[in-house]
Amino acid sequence: MKKMKLVLVGNGMAGVRTIEELLKLAPDLYDITVFGAEPHGNYNRILLSPVLAGEMTLPEIMLNDLDWYRDNNITLHIGRKVVNIDRVRRKVIAGDGTEADYDRLLLATGSTPFIPPIPGNELPGVLGYRDIADTEAMIEAAGKYRHAVVIGAGLLGLEAANGLMLRGMDVTVVHIGDWIMERQLDKAAADMLQASLEAKGMKFLLARHTEALLPARNAAGGMRGEDGVERVGAVRFKDGMEIPADLVVVAAGIRPNYALAESAGLYCGSGRVRGIHVSDTLQTVTDPRIYAVGECVAHRGVAYGLVAPLFEQGKVCANHLANFGIGRYEGSVTSTKLKVTGIDVFSAGDFSGGPGTEEIVLHDKQGGVYKRVVLKDDRIVGSVLYGDTADGSWYFQLMKDRQSVAEIRDHLMFGHSFASTRLGDAGHKGENRAASMPDTAEVCGCNGVCKGSIVKAIKEQGLFTLDEVKKHTKAASSCGSCTGLVEQILASTVGGAYQAVSSTDKPVCACTEHSHKVVREAIFKHHLTSKEAVFETLNWRTPNGCDKCRPAVNYYLISSWPHEAKDDPQSRFINERAHANIQKDGTYSVVPRMWGGLTTPAELRAIADAAEKYQVPTVKVTGGQRIDLLGIRKEDLPYIWADLNAAGMVSGHAYGKSIRTVKTCVGAEHCRFGTQLAMDMGVKLEKMLFDMYAPHKVKLAVSGCPRNCAEAGIKDVGVIGVDSGYELYVGGNGGIKTEVAQYLCKVTTDEEVMEYSGAFLQLYREEGWYLERTVHWLERVGLDYVKSQVVEDGDNRRRLHARLLDALKDARDPWEASREAQAVKQFIPIKVEA
Amino acid sequence: MSNWKRICPVDDIPRLGARVVQRASGGDIAVFRNAEDEVFALHDKCAHKGGPLSQGIVHGRKVTCPLHGWNFNLQDGQAVAPDVGACARFAVKVEDGEVWLAV
Ligand code: SRM
Ligand SMILES: Cc1cc2nc3c(=O)[nH]c(=O)nc-3n(C[C@H](O)[C@H](O)[C@H](O)COP(=O)(O)OP(=O)(O)OC[C@H]3O[C@@H](n4cnc5c(N)ncnc54)[C@H](O)[C@@H]3O)c2cc1C
Ligand code: SF4
Ligand code: FES
Repeated sequence: MKKMKLVLVGNGMAGVRTIEELLKLAPDLYDITVFGAEPHGNYNRILLSPVLAGEMTLPEIMLNDLDWYRDNNITLHIGRKVVNIDRVRRKVIAGDGTEADYDRLLLATGSTPFIPPIPGNELPGVLGYRDIADTEAMIEAAGKYRHAVVIGAGLLGLEAANGLMLRGMDVTVVHIGDWIMERQLDKAAADMLQASLEAKGMKFLLARHTEALLPARNAAGGMRGEDGVERVGAVRFKDGMEIPADLVVVAAGIRPNYALAESAGLYCGSGRVRGIHVSDTLQTVTDPRIYAVGECVAHRGVAYGLVAPLFEQGKVCANHLANFGIGRYEGSVTSTKLKVTGIDVFSAGDFSGGPGTEEIVLHDKQGGVYKRVVLKDDRIVGSVLYGDTADGSWYFQLMKDRQSVAEIRDHLMFGHSFASTRLGDAGHKGENRAASMPDTAEVCGCNGVCKGSIVKAIKEQGLFTLDEVKKHTKAASSCGSCTGLVEQILASTVGGAYQAVSSTDKPVCACTEHSHKVVREAIFKHHLTSKEAVFETLNWRTPNGCDKCRPAVNYYLISSWPHEAKDDPQSRFINERAHANIQKDGTYSVVPRMWGGLTTPAELRAIADAAEKYQVPTVKVTGGQRIDLLGIRKEDLPYIWADLNAAGMVSGHAYGKSIRTVKTCVGAEHCRFGTQLAMDMGVKLEKMLFDMYAPHKVKLAVSGCPRNCAEAGIKDVGVIGVDSGYELYVGGNGGIKTEVAQYLCKVTTDEEVMEYSGAFLQLYREEGWYLERTVHWLERVGLDYVKSQVVEDGDNRRRLHARLLDALKDARDPWEASREAQAVKQFIPIKVEA
Repeated sequence: MSNWKRICPVDDIPRLGARVVQRASGGDIAVFRNAEDEVFALHDKCAHKGGPLSQGIVHGRKVTCPLHGWNFNLQDGQAVAPDVGACARFAVKVEDGEVWLAV
């Protein structure tokens, strides 16, 4: 079949990203031709700032070098500007006469700096700040001249000023507004930022109108431009003031580059919203063969000037170019971050206030911290942070997820770790200033990754997302407690290019576009009962998934269709296949169940005998009130299980995303304060839940009185006996971040304890996402929702509980089941003589 | 010279799974079978910290180490980018439903 022809005009960040996405989806659909006005491959424009500041070099910021185009069979015309689109004959024509035919055309012409119409703006030494050529001209000027004036104190202006200052120039930033970065910051934050930039040596002239750029009066002394034309020498303001300027950088905004499109008759709007008008599929509204993405576009009346939304556009556009026809671009919420080393500023959304909004402000002037969060109807609509920005991504996520913050409002300002744990994060010593942390500071305690190596990887490998950073640096890829900090480091390195994905939309893994939510719902709605059916129905990109999605899909199948979907051991992590925990040396640990933490002399004797017989090197009492036998060879597992089974013991599931332990205290059985029979209640619960798999592990505890010796306050379900019955708590967690369980309700009988906690866990089993513990699921859906399903609606609660009991009705001890002939083979190595 | 040894019937290796072959010396070998019934053999020792690859999850033509999640190509034993490293590869073939390994 003959390939279709795709032509891209604009070899920049949005256009090439779209091609990359397209190649992932449909590598062979098109013959691709790319025109770029600049004489380079595609580079990371946002890193021009560190290049100017002397922190990086040009080769380091290339995203796609010329080899990349060759390797992907893309015809590349660099240094050629397209001047004409012939929509009738479907071809584009470049300034030098080069032509290319297209079946589909993609416009990604970006934007150009807006240079206000002031006299003198054509003088040599007056520059915009957009591309490599501008950057090189600035670096050159910095080597020769002294005085620089930057007009405009937005993100771009300040980054330019910072760079020039670091290159030794005397820099004055001129701004028309009353405070700097007024589109991103409110006055209080801007004042703090200005003070810290002034401390570095930057000068500011605010509320100044530039009247003219004047040529150097003194024609001698090297003030002439290269070609003998007189160079800029000063800036004059309306109030008559004049300051010297050998270099003027104009950063007064950008204008979408739509002239080419407009000349081809494509609608580019009028009045305030100018740009190539596109639909939600990124097709131009005039000609469906022509697509457009990037800064040249106006979508639903908005033209974006940051990379993250452009990448989202690119993704949707690629999907349509690949003829998949799903996916819509519905606009983006953006956040920004100033990329000046050592300074932390973050802002997102709309924080201008206005009717119906409320705001919470925390301002510590001496400490250099300012936080403002704007709320509307209990939801975050904007935030500005200065100094301590570690929670920027958390606020941004809450904002994108449109999550109600009513329940956490009183401690919202103290940040994520406080709002959810009050204890702080492990592993990075409560560090919360990403940009000002030293490079040597350890960020990820699990994998020993320090800030410097994260920043280096982001810059050198061109990383834009948290997942990419996790993959390349291993930071935040284990316990995850440093995720917020890593996100902030990413944000401060790539500026607004970083965008937290709304957690509802995040794909399960690289094998699919679909989120956990979509996969769960599809399995239920289409009655899918095998992984093959899931992969086919949802167009998985890989033949049999990966280590991330297979366990998730397997869990969704068996929890949605118990007894019908068949469990697939090969989709489970080794621990759940071997029914034991793998150790660092490849041996395993075995933990027999001790119901409610109770044991007997006979059981202890059997454990002791087994430990001797299999030469178990370590016998340990666990934090879960039972005994762990560590360091067992895999081939011994079936035999040690047989011995333990013979003594009446079964697997403790210490390895599974499943019911783990029900801790108990001695309770009213023995304790002088006990009000309820805690041990008895605990054993009953553990028996009810035996062999229950769940999105993540599940732990319970029962205490006989509010002294709470079983630590029920940090369990997924905590039961506390009181004189008149039991109090139930849910969503506690004693692990990576200690989370205190929330009060669910009070009940009177043992049967009710079983019914309520069973119903709660079944709801979690049916609706939780894989690897989401109860606390995270609760955080996502809200305690009110859970109460409405489990506490307020009695019929629903009984149905949930019944479904749980049904799912577990023929639960079997996995050790005994595994010992059956075929399965045992897996434990036995094959021996050969070499 | 390679020394072909008969290992086991191919059906004794689970699809998308592996078996361990123990040698008198030189360390264990992991023999994998994927969904297309292709068979591969690698040294059962992860290039990262020595984890037993035989215990990992097999997908496509890759295996994920059970200890810290590195991925390796089954065909050539190379770690999947961004990780770097390699595990030794062994010749393996299936004839009449029996797996043969060159040790
Ligand atoms: C054996 C034990 C430590 C001990 O010697 O006491 C243990 C050992 C492991 N824990 Fe734990 N945890 C043990 C009690 C706990 C407890 C305390 C408790 O259960 O009361 C906690 C905090 C309570 C909680 O979970 O909320 C705990 C929180 C974790 C976490 C963090 C979970 C979280 O959501 O934050 C992990 C990591 C994970 O599951 O992803 C973990 C993971 C692990 C793993 C399975 C790591 C792994 O994936 O290989 C450890 C296996 C070690 C090994 O080599 O076998 N372990 N772990 C305890 C077994 C209890 C049992 O009888 O089943
Ligand atoms: C110094 C600097 C710092 C920045 N910092 C950040 C930041 O921290 N965070 C962030 O999110 N964003 C930042 N940005 C903005 C970001 O770089 C842009 O949003 C992004 O590059 C826009 O992508 P694009 O593909 O639409 O346009 P571009 O990347 O500009 O690509 C358009 C390309 O098309 C070419 N072109 C135009 N017309 C034609 C034609 N007729 N024929 C052929 N080629 C043509 C242009 O030469 C250009 O190379 C920064 C920008 C600059 C300049
Ligand atoms: S047992 Fe738990 S706390 Fe101890 S090292 Fe292992 S995972 Fe970490
Ligand atoms: S030992 Fe294999 S990933 Fe660490």
